[in-house]
Amino acid sequence: MYDHDVLIIGAGLAGMRAALAATEAGVDVALVSKVHPVRSHSNAAQGGINAALTDRGDDWRDHAYDTIKGSDFLGDQDAIEIMCREAGDEVIAMEHMGAIFNRDEEGRLGTRSFGGQRQARTFFVADFTGQALLHVLYEQIVKAGALVYEEWFVLSLIERDGECGGAVMMDIKTGKIEVVRAKAVIMAAGGLGRVFEPSTNAMICTGDGMSLAYQAGASLMDMEMVQYHPTTLKGSGVLISEAARGEGAYLLNSENDRFMLKYAPEFKELASRDVVSRCEQTEINEGRGIDGCVLLDLRHLGEKYISERLSQIRELAMDFANVDMVKEPVPIMPGMHYQMGGVKANVDGETGVPGLYAAGEVACVSVHGGNRLGANSLLDTLVFGRRSGVHAAERAKHTSHLAIDDSAAKTDRENIQKLLSNDKNESFGKIRFDMGTAMKEHFGVFREDSSMAEGINKLNLVKQRAESVYVADKTKTFNTNLIFTLELGFMIECAETIASSAYNRTESRGAHTRTDMPDRDDENWLKHIVVTNKDGKHHISYRDVIITDWTPTVRQY
Amino acid sequence: MEVKLSVRRYDPESTNTVSHYQEYQMEMDEASTILDALIQIREDVDGTLSLRCSCRSAICGSCAMRVNGEAGLACNTKVIDVIPSDGTPIVVEPAGNLPVIKDLVVDFQPFWNQVKSVEPWLQPAGEEPEAEYLAPDEDMLHLAGVVSCILCGACVSDCTVLEVDSNFLGPAALAKAYRFVGDPRDDADAKRLETLNQEGGVWDCTRCMKCVEVCPKGVAPMDRIMSLREKVMDAGHTNTNGARHATAFVDSVRHSGWLDELKLPIKSFGIFNLKAMIGLIPLAIRSQRAGKVPPLIHKNIPDVENVRKIFDKVENKK
Repeated sequence: MYDHDVLIIGAGLAGMRAALAATEAGVDVALVSKVHPVRSHSNAAQGGINAALTDRGDDWRDHAYDTIKGSDFLGDQDAIEIMCREAGDEVIAMEHMGAIFNRDEEGRLGTRSFGGQRQARTFFVADFTGQALLHVLYEQIVKAGALVYEEWFVLSLIERDGECGGAVMMDIKTGKIEVVRAKAVIMAAGGLGRVFEPSTNAMICTGDGMSLAYQAGASLMDMEMVQYHPTTLKGSGVLISEAARGEGAYLLNSENDRFMLKYAPEFKELASRDVVSRCEQTEINEGRGIDGCVLLDLRHLGEKYISERLSQIRELAMDFANVDMVKEPVPIMPGMHYQMGGVKANVDGETGVPGLYAAGEVACVSVHGGNRLGANSLLDTLVFGRRSGVHAAERAKHTSHLAIDDSAAKTDRENIQKLLSNDKNESFGKIRFDMGTAMKEHFGVFREDSSMAEGINKLNLVKQRAESVYVADKTKTFNTNLIFTLELGFMIECAETIASSAYNRTESRGAHTRTDMPDRDDENWLKHIVVTNKDGKHHISYRDVIITDWTPTVRQY
Repeated sequence: MEVKLSVRRYDPESTNTVSHYQEYQMEMDEASTILDALIQIREDVDGTLSLRCSCRSAICGSCAMRVNGEAGLACNTKVIDVIPSDGTPIVVEPAGNLPVIKDLVVDFQPFWNQVKSVEPWLQPAGEEPEAEYLAPDEDMLHLAGVVSCILCGACVSDCTVLEVDSNFLGPAALAKAYRFVGDPRDDADAKRLETLNQEGGVWDCTRCMKCVEVCPKGVAPMDRIMSLREKVMDAGHTNTNGARHATAFVDSVRHSGWLDELKLPIKSFGIFNLKAMIGLIPLAIRSQRAGKVPPLIHKNIPDVENVRKIFDKVENKK
C-alpha cells in the first residue's frame, strides 16, 4: 500500500497542470497514467489555445460570449467567465515554462483565427500545439521531481461512506495490484472517443475516468453532447486541424460550391463545429458529397505557408490519404472527436464526492455546454487542472487518510481472476467495434427517437456479449489483452449514459440534433441532464443552466 | 491483398525464455499500415500479442518498432511500402538498443534516463517578464523542427553508437538538449555545453546518419548534434579530441585543399599523447599492408586559392 496527499489519475495536460499546482502548494503528489505522460492524448490537439489578451485589444468578455454562443447557451456562464478570465495568465505561464509558440513581427505571441469566434485569439505552435504544451508540462514535472506511476492502470476508486480515499491500481508491466491511499484524488483521465467508431481519438481514450468516478458516486453531466469534428480524413478518420480553415481553407461539395456561404454567411467555414458538421452531413445526405465526403481546399494558401503553419496535417494527409494538400483538395468527413459532457464538477474541480476532483475532458464544468469551440479544450485542461490542483492540495492539508487497507483491492483481484479464467469466446475487438458502429449510427450527427431506441437495444446486446468476453493472454507481464477487456467495461458504461441522456433530451441543441425535434426549446431545456448511478441503474435528474450576463438568443453564424 | 508478417515474440513468463518469430497471414487493403495489421492480429487472430500503440496518427510516439530491420512508427508505415519483393514475410521486431519486456514492448527506462539527464526544461535568466518573453519568429520556427520530436525512440533504436556504447546520451536526448541551447530564452548554455562536451556527449556520435533516416518527424537529430558541436567549440571547449579533430580537418583543407590524413590523428590526439600515439601503431601497420598509407609529403592541390576563397565566403556568411 502506498500513501500520497494528492493522487492524480491521468498525466495529460489537465493532470500534469494539476500536479504542478499541487506540488507548488507544498503537498506530496503522485500521478498515475496507463501510458507514459508524453503519450497522452493531449498530444493530438493541433490548432491552438484560446485567450483574449488585453494588450492585443481583446476582451475576455468577448471570448466568453463566443464560448457561450458556441455552447448553444448550455454552458454555465459563471464557469465560462472564470475560464476566459484566467486564459491569458495560463497561456503566458506556458510560455514562461518554455512553450515556443509562433510569434508576430514584434516577437510577441502570434494568433490565428478559429471557429465560432469573432477575434483571432488562438495562440499556437504550428499545428502541434497540444504536443508542444504536453512536452513542456512533462519537462516541468521532471524538473519538479513529481512521482509518476508510469503505465499503471486504475481499476477502481476507493469510496468509504461517500468519501473518496484513493485508488486500486495495477502495474501493467508486472500485473502487481496495489492500494494507493490519497487525501484527495483528481480525476484527469481524458475522454471516451473509442466508444464511437470511427473516432479521431487515440486508442487509450476509453472513458476510464468517467466510468471510475461514476462508480464511486460522482454524477455525469451533458453526456448527450458529443462533438463531431468537421474535418477528419476519409477512410482513417485521422484529424485535420480546424487551423486549416482558420488559415483560410474552403469547404467544397461535389459541385465545387463553397456551401458554407449559404449556411453561415458571416462565419462561413469558421462557424461552430456542430454547425459545420451538420452542414457537411446535409450536403452528403442530399447527394452533393463525394464518396461520403466533402472537400477541404487549401491550394490557394501556397506551399510555403502550408509547410510553415500546417506541416503536420500536410504530412498526415499524405501518409493516411495519399493527398498532397498543396496540390489537391483533401476529402474529409465529420468524425467523432470530443465529449463535452463528463464528470460533473464545479470550478474548483469538486465533484460532490468529498475527496474526488475532476478536470479536463473527463470533467464537465460545464464550459462547453452543447458544443465546444476549437482551441477551448487546451484552455479548459490548464485552467481547471490548475484550480483542481490548488484545491485538492488545500483539502489534503486539512484531512487525514481514510481507514483503508490492502483488502480494498479484494473485489478488483477477484474480478481480474474471473476475467482471466473466462473461457467463452467473444473477442473484445469485435464487441467494441459493434458498439462503436451502433453509437455512430444512432447517436451521430443526426439523431431521432426511434433510431435512438434501436441504438439502446443494440447497446443492451453489446453489454450481454461483454459478459462472455475472452482474455486469451493469461500472463501478468504487459497483458494488453486484459487491459482492453477492462476498458471495454468502462466504454460500455459511458455509451449507456450517452444513450440515455440523448434519448431524454427532447429538443435540438448544440451537438445534439434531432431530426424529429429540430428546434431549440429554451422554455423547457435550459438545463443539464445529470446521470447518477443508483444501485446499478442510470438515474436521470436535471440542473438549471447558470446564466449570468448573457440571455440566450437565436444562434446564427 | 494478402500479407505475410513475421513478428518477433517473447514471453518472459514462458519456460522458453528465448524469442521466436511467429508468422501471420492476412488480408489487408492497400491503405493499411503495419499497425492496422498488428491490431488485426491482436483482435482477431491472437490476443496474446503485446505492443504499445495509441494515437494512430504519428503524434504520440508509442508504436516505434523495427520493420524489416529499420526503426519507424508502425502507424505511419504502410504495409504496401514494406512488402519484400522476394515473397518473404514483413519482419516486425521490437525497437533496438532497449531491453525487451514482452513481444514488441521494450523497456523505455534507459531512454527516459538519457532525456532527463540533459536537464530538459527551460532555464531563463532573472525574473520572469510580466507578459511573454519577446523572441523572433524565425528562432521559434527553427526550434519547432526539434520541438516536434515525439520521443518515440526510433533514433535510439537504430543508433549505431548506442549499440556498442550505452554511455552515449543518444540522438533523442541530444536533440532535446539542442532544443534548449538553441532557445533564445534559455540562459544555461554555458553549463549545458560543458556537460555535452564530456564523454558520452556530442563528440561520441559517428555521424552515420541512421537517426536522420529513421526519424518519423524530420527532427534530424544528427544535424542538431553537429550544431551542438559548433556551439561547444564556440563556447571555448576546444581541448577535446573531437574539437581538435574538427579544427585540424578544417585547417588542413583550407591550407592545402585536401585532407592531410597523416597529420589528422596527430593533431586530434595531440603529439604528446603517447598512449593514443602508440594505440595508432596497429592501425598504421594495417593501413600500410593494405596499401592505404597516405603520401608522406602532403602537397597543395592546384588552384588551392579557390578553396581558400570558398572558406572565406562561408566564414563571412556566418
